[in-house]
Amino acid sequence: MTDQALGITIDGAAVPCQAGDTVIDAAHRAGVYIPHLCFHPEFGPHGSCRLCMVKAGGRYVAACTTPATPGMSVESDTAEIKELRLRITQMLFVDGNHFCPACEQSGQCQLQATAYGLGMQDLHFSPSYPKKAVDASHDEMLLDRDRCIQCNLCVRASDRVDGKHVFSLGGRGIETRLMPNSASGLLRDTEFSAEDRAAHVCPVGALLFKHDNYARPIGRRLYDRTSIDRIGNRRADDAAPGGSAP
Amino acid sequence: MTTTDTFPRCGPYPAAAPFAPIREELTTRFGAMPDRLDLLQILVSIQHRLGYVPAEAISWLATNLGLSRAEIHGVVAFYSFLEETPPAPYTLRFSTNITELWQGQEANMARFKDLPNVRALPTSCIGLGDQGPAALVNGYPLPRLTATRLDAIARAIASRRPVAEWPAEWFKVDPNVRLAGPLLEFAFTPGALVERVLAAGDAAFMEMLRASGLRGRGGAGFATHAKWDACRAEVVPEKYVVCNADEGEPGTFKDRLLLSDHAELLIEGMTIAARVVGAKQGYIYLRGEYLWLYDRLNAALEARRRAGLLGAKVCGAADFPFDIAIHLGAGAYVCGEESALLESLEGRRGVPRIRPPFPATHGYRGRPTVVNNVETYCAIAQLAGIGAAEFAALGSQGSAGTKLHSVSGDCAHPGIFECAMGTQVSTLLDLCGTRDPLAVQVGGPSGRLLFPEEFHLPLDFSHVSSGGSFMVIGRERDLFELVYNFVAFFHHESCGFCTPCRSGSNIMLNALQRIRRGQGTEHELQIITEAAAVASKASHCGLGHTLGNPFQDLERGRPAVFQDRLRDSPDGTVLDLKRAVAEARALRER
Ligand SMILES: Cc1cc2nc3c(=O)[nH]c(=O)nc-3n(C[C@H](O)[C@H](O)[C@H](O)COP(=O)(O)O)c2cc1C
Ligand code: SF4
Repeated sequence: MTDQALGITIDGAAVPCQAGDTVIDAAHRAGVYIPHLCFHPEFGPHGSCRLCMVKAGGRYVAACTTPATPGMSVESDTAEIKELRLRITQMLFVDGNHFCPACEQSGQCQLQATAYGLGMQDLHFSPSYPKKAVDASHDEMLLDRDRCIQCNLCVRASDRVDGKHVFSLGGRGIETRLMPNSASGLLRDTEFSAEDRAAHVCPVGALLFKHDNYARPIGRRLYDRTSIDRIGNRRADDAAPGGSAP
Repeated sequence: MTTTDTFPRCGPYPAAAPFAPIREELTTRFGAMPDRLDLLQILVSIQHRLGYVPAEAISWLATNLGLSRAEIHGVVAFYSFLEETPPAPYTLRFSTNITELWQGQEANMARFKDLPNVRALPTSCIGLGDQGPAALVNGYPLPRLTATRLDAIARAIASRRPVAEWPAEWFKVDPNVRLAGPLLEFAFTPGALVERVLAAGDAAFMEMLRASGLRGRGGAGFATHAKWDACRAEVVPEKYVVCNADEGEPGTFKDRLLLSDHAELLIEGMTIAARVVGAKQGYIYLRGEYLWLYDRLNAALEARRRAGLLGAKVCGAADFPFDIAIHLGAGAYVCGEESALLESLEGRRGVPRIRPPFPATHGYRGRPTVVNNVETYCAIAQLAGIGAAEFAALGSQGSAGTKLHSVSGDCAHPGIFECAMGTQVSTLLDLCGTRDPLAVQVGGPSGRLLFPEEFHLPLDFSHVSSGGSFMVIGRERDLFELVYNFVAFFHHESCGFCTPCRSGSNIMLNALQRIRRGQGTEHELQIITEAAAVASKASHCGLGHTLGNPFQDLERGRPAVFQDRLRDSPDGTVLDLKRAVAEARALRER
């Protein structure tokens, strides 16, 4: 039950809330899109990508981890916040190696769609071209760390839904990398399968099915005609329009 | 040192020591089925005994702790002092804080680069800035590295002399108290202050704490009574008090003194905290760099147990069971952030938690937990002894008590100074014997860079707040190098969890490197400015929020330092063709 007394405002518009809501929960229920990549309605907040930054009470906070307190006034769709999100997106791009035109996930990638949504025209920062290993050992799935944004969604899905603990984040700082759980360190030697929930949550092209790529022609891909702020964070293989609202 | 030490001086390490012999020892210490929470402590023990964590050990841990290998690898790879590759007989880790680099640490490190049997690695500040340049050998500190000392060390390594037999003098850490005040001179009978609190009651102590105005000494300056109140308000049987002895902020070493020479005061303060908030267990989170203090602190705890001041009935009170254990860190500055510290205390990667909820309500193992700095607990004990009015009178308006400052850098008397809160920067500069410095970095890299026009400012919570680092920067120093060193520090220590800090620090470091090479233009400066601003606004924890400070302070105070290094380039680009094609040339072997 939403309760008007618990409500907040986002960019001046009243947004009803339920007890226990974070800002992003309330926003999405009300059909107000706040960009995000590591948050997922099924797996909850993570707080790492920082794309959902908003301003509340003069402070910058992440909408996915900040409780919606009654009467809170949130700024989200302002020029200042949009620029902040644009810079964070550009930081994600230079943090990896994203060659969109050649990428299997192009047109269906939430990072790319977010960048379009924010009007990103260039990398802005100098690329660092980090060295990140590709793991093509698995029969069905490809792990391309160049595209990994370390949202932890596959880790969470494998831990909580599949119960397989296939992935972990290792290293520290700029050396942080996604690691499969096997003695060899290869995906092939884990229990991972394309049927796993973990195989169906990657918001980018880091965990890819090896077959049927480029099947959808340009123009018919997920985000070709509709922007992410209208259809939300989705994957091409989502059963029903689900993902994170709206 | 006795043979019963948990962490004796080790090495030279054999190239690939087998794991089996120490498995028994681990079982004795941690039980046949160790707790998952002990993962980091077990890894630290293995690393110290063998010089690395062998694959066998990872398998054993995965089986016995019910963890995935990937998770254990993830923990090992997070901490700078844990390694999976077989060790060199000796590992020297040279402290690379800027003050020590300015004392010639680069050359010291280079001296060992090509010698056999030894690895020379850089490491973040090891808390010996007053007696540097310093290094760790297989985890143990070697202060005052003069040329003669380095020669002797090289000879000991060449002859494979066991580290346990190296002269004690080489490892001697001076307390280096230059100015003692009411805290360092505070005398008491162990247990007497706890008894006083027991007699007066918890509520009375809370009132005293509130009236005193005591604020945390770890850097953030949070009101101690407010934190304790939040923890007290939780009605659950299991609560914890944790001492933050991570002291990772470069240039800080005042907790080192309190831990080595005033442990009794610290334990008294923690015991009072436990009584007042209702905790039965306490932990001291000791940074890995202070491994050398582990056995000494343990002895102090043991003595208190024997005296009945820790254990089932503290001071004879049937309703007051309380004990303290020590947990070691393993080289990760971010673990000083209180929620990362709790993750680390639970044996995991030190990634800061989502807050709220705060540790006071959801801390160690999800239970209400008070986390305070070493100096804060010492001040608690002092407060119990002298009362709120006297305590408050020691400081300035809004900043009660005294503050310990770790003074290092370009001055005649580096060491520890206890000053009343509100003491001017210039007064401390006079006390430590410096004339006309270029600047002073207060509170470490995450603190503030002050120039002479700001030296009149008081050191307290309302003006220049400090966690206790005070680095004096002499006339001849290059402030660009200071900022570069600090950004490199943050870059190395970023946990990597959130985008603005992980990627932002990398962007800043790369751009500073271009400027340093003489290839920077106005474009680089703008990029650094923007990345710093994004990190300070959008990061997940305090590390990211403050990593832009040194750059911003210097850019505001002395913009010429950057401008003078920029290269003129009408279109804003500078291409170093040789460099740009170097990798391609190497690949084609030309
Ligand atoms: C990156 C980072 C590192 C920190 N390191 C330390 C530290 O080494 N020691 C410390 O006492 N507090 C440190 N803090 C502050 C702690 O988060 C926390 O505020 C402190 O332990 C609270 O104790 P106090 O209230 O007694 O100061 C650090 C904070 C951050 C963000
Ligand atoms: S700000 Fe830096 S240290 Fe803190 S959580 Fe983010 S990446 Fe980790």
